[in-house]
Amino acid sequence: MAAGFHFPNWSVSEAMSSIPHDTPAPGGAHDNSGELQELVRVAMHSGAPLWITGGGSKGFYGRPVSGTPLTTSTHRGIVAYDPSELVLTVRAGTPLREVEAVLADQDQMLAFEPPHFGESATIGGAIATGLSGPRRPYAGAARDFVLGVKLITGQAEIVAFGGRVMKNVAGYDVSRLVTGALGTLGVLLEVSLKVLPRPPVDLTLVQHRRTAEAIEVMNIWARRSLPLSGCWYDGDRLYVRLSGAESAVRAAHDKIGGEIPANAQEIWLALREQRLSFFSGPLPLWRVAVAPASAALEVPGKWLIDWGGAQRWLKTDADAETVRRSAAEHGGHATLFRGSDLSGAVFHPLAPALFALHRRVKNAMDPRNIFNPGRMYPDL
Amino acid sequence: MPSATHTSASHTRHRLSSALRELLPPAALLCDAEEMRPYECDGLSAYRELPLLVALPDTIDQIRAVLAVCREYGVPVVARGAGTGLSGGALPNADGVLLSLARFNRILEIDEHNRTARVQPGVRNLAISQAAAPLGLYYAPDPSSQIACSIGGNVAENAGGVHCLKYGLTVHNIQALTFLTIEGDLISVGGAALDAPGYDLLALMTGSEGMLGIIVEIVVKLLPRPERAQVVLAAFNDIAKAGAAVAAIIGAGIVPAGLEMMDGLALRAAEEFVHAGYPTDAAAILLCELDGINEEVSERILQVRDVLNRCGATAIRTARDENEHALLWAGRKAAFPAVGRLAPDYYCMDGTIPRGRLPEVLEKIEKMSGRFGLAVANVFHAGDGNLHPLILYDANRPEELELAERFGGEILELCVAVGGTITGEHGVGIEKIDQMCVQFPAPALEQFHALKRAFDPCGLLNPGKAVPTLHRCAEFGAMHVHGGRLPFPELERF
Repeated sequence: MAAGFHFPNWSVSEAMSSIPHDTPAPGGAHDNSGELQELVRVAMHSGAPLWITGGGSKGFYGRPVSGTPLTTSTHRGIVAYDPSELVLTVRAGTPLREVEAVLADQDQMLAFEPPHFGESATIGGAIATGLSGPRRPYAGAARDFVLGVKLITGQAEIVAFGGRVMKNVAGYDVSRLVTGALGTLGVLLEVSLKVLPRPPVDLTLVQHRRTAEAIEVMNIWARRSLPLSGCWYDGDRLYVRLSGAESAVRAAHDKIGGEIPANAQEIWLALREQRLSFFSGPLPLWRVAVAPASAALEVPGKWLIDWGGAQRWLKTDADAETVRRSAAEHGGHATLFRGSDLSGAVFHPLAPALFALHRRVKNAMDPRNIFNPGRMYPDL
Repeated sequence: MPSATHTSASHTRHRLSSALRELLPPAALLCDAEEMRPYECDGLSAYRELPLLVALPDTIDQIRAVLAVCREYGVPVVARGAGTGLSGGALPNADGVLLSLARFNRILEIDEHNRTARVQPGVRNLAISQAAAPLGLYYAPDPSSQIACSIGGNVAENAGGVHCLKYGLTVHNIQALTFLTIEGDLISVGGAALDAPGYDLLALMTGSEGMLGIIVEIVVKLLPRPERAQVVLAAFNDIAKAGAAVAAIIGAGIVPAGLEMMDGLALRAAEEFVHAGYPTDAAAILLCELDGINEEVSERILQVRDVLNRCGATAIRTARDENEHALLWAGRKAAFPAVGRLAPDYYCMDGTIPRGRLPEVLEKIEKMSGRFGLAVANVFHAGDGNLHPLILYDANRPEELELAERFGGEILELCVAVGGTITGEHGVGIEKIDQMCVQFPAPALEQFHALKRAFDPCGLLNPGKAVPTLHRCAEFGAMHVHGGRLPFPELERF
């Protein structure tokens, strides 16, 4: 190391291996992989399905599963973190807020800004659902930051895929395949993530715009060299967040203009956590993903446009067919994100050949069909 | 004297060519050894093999027809783009069809508003950025071979380049793929939105080395060209100090667009070749590119210079203008051919390691170089920890190629031992297939094979590449016993 530079470099795996498996350490680190593997082994032999959960904060997402509960929330702790490597390896059950706090101490962050949807959210749940927050169109999605995973496979074996380095093309990309697979392909034990330095400065600007104009301007900005880190529209106000070096943010502010709101941080948090008043009320909530520059969709209901136009939230009582057709017409798909009855089709139906391939992939990873069957699609 | 296999090969060739002649235009089928010669290898020319036939279709229906015939006769299919790959991924199968996608060379659509380009797999990487340039957009991944390499090959290998530290690999920069399965189903994954329902098969296909399907169309993301990009060159009298400076820059919260290192041997060769103005007395140089908006680049350059100074750089230079910027990069981009002038042959490795292990690994490679008696030049993506040691050898000297390969194999095993990987961006292909046994235990390899079977139950797509059979690993393990432990103890030995 060069003189004058010192980076904390801690690998706690050795320290933790001395902790007996049945007593969680005071800091919360605990290796529970042996017991989890045993549960999978039993399920593999009996063929009885497992209902895999983390902290339960995203239990509402996807179709209901009936099976023996298996929670990864007891398998927790940071395995390795060296800030100068920009890589964090963490057990699946580690609380998301703990992960974020450890990173924040080193001025780093999970750049995909995962939603928590509850105090109990774990990093495993963030990866298994693959959900990303407002920064996603500009920084990348959860899957873009996954470097490697350790899984309990459908053969009840503990296997690592990918790695802890930035570039790795050895073997098929199982790590990204299981990201967003809702636990249907294996039990996530550990994940290695690329992390990023926190930008020194964030600045939020607000402009009043009509819908068509808001969509247009979001996409014009995205075509220019600007330090964007968020862009959403509530039907009247267009919020844009700039992040980066102070000089960059100041220059970008001059270029695009707008007022600075008082409570900027809370606004982005409320958006990410779906705590804005838009998200309340009894109507089903749809997530409509489309080509970002798509014009306003025709489906009646309340709309909120995020991700610079690419992710649109819809509160509507319109039928699923109408919502899905409209999303597909704009190159995208629709998910019934929250609703009273999620036992039907939650995710957008796949073309028959593609669905057949999904079943073959599922069978390759989980031949006994024990991992969260039906959580994503019926018969998967 | 024609052997039994030879006779059966010509018999298969005859039946295959008769079947294909009915389905393809005459110019889309090569059967003659001399015509097929250009296809006998890719960028890894140490491995050569003539296929039974070369097919050059130019419609999706023609590809489907070729696949149907291959399926009927149980004949392997190896897809090939521009043939610039460095791991032998497109090495033909002697009993199979080489399927060239070179004629799929059209940019189908550039969507300015959604910032995407829909292209065929044979389009050259650089051609996409050139086509998007009038809109102020570009395609970010830039492998050194970008003038020649095809986007289809980039997807197959998950290609990187000097800018992937900030902008990611191919997998981060594509949005949709359309491919044909061996069974002839046309499947689209991804889409016009930023994500798609179901499993992330887009990621699974990327880097799958032609083993899962034949890619026929790709939608890539286009990014706005940064307002300004500027490169800083720093010289060091000790390669370990240069390695530490890499970690220090990242540790200071800076993510450069590119952060490259060249050791003394490489930088002197490059200087001789393109006169980039490199300090030839240095033990190593770093090239650090900052990009973004004008003001930000100015601020970051000051920070980087400060870090470099504190890390003991002996000289620091910032490119003053476009010309100097281009020249400094020209030296880096020409480093491989420049090193190629130092010896009749070189062998390029591609391991990735945690950045913090750079000084230690470089030192060990240096020692191996002495032990094998082969010089090695280091040119690499230091910011990503992606090494490209170039082993110099002379293929005309008896056994020197084998020696170079053994040296290379040891480097890759060292990368795995320090927590890295055997390939950062070139792919496994045929070249690193034995080292896969070192990196992955049997259950992981079995999982890869199960995924392969999900796409290609008969194993006809690029067989024998990327993922070794367990038997192959057992044979390889018999030669490489680490610490007295036999890998794959559960397998029978030959």
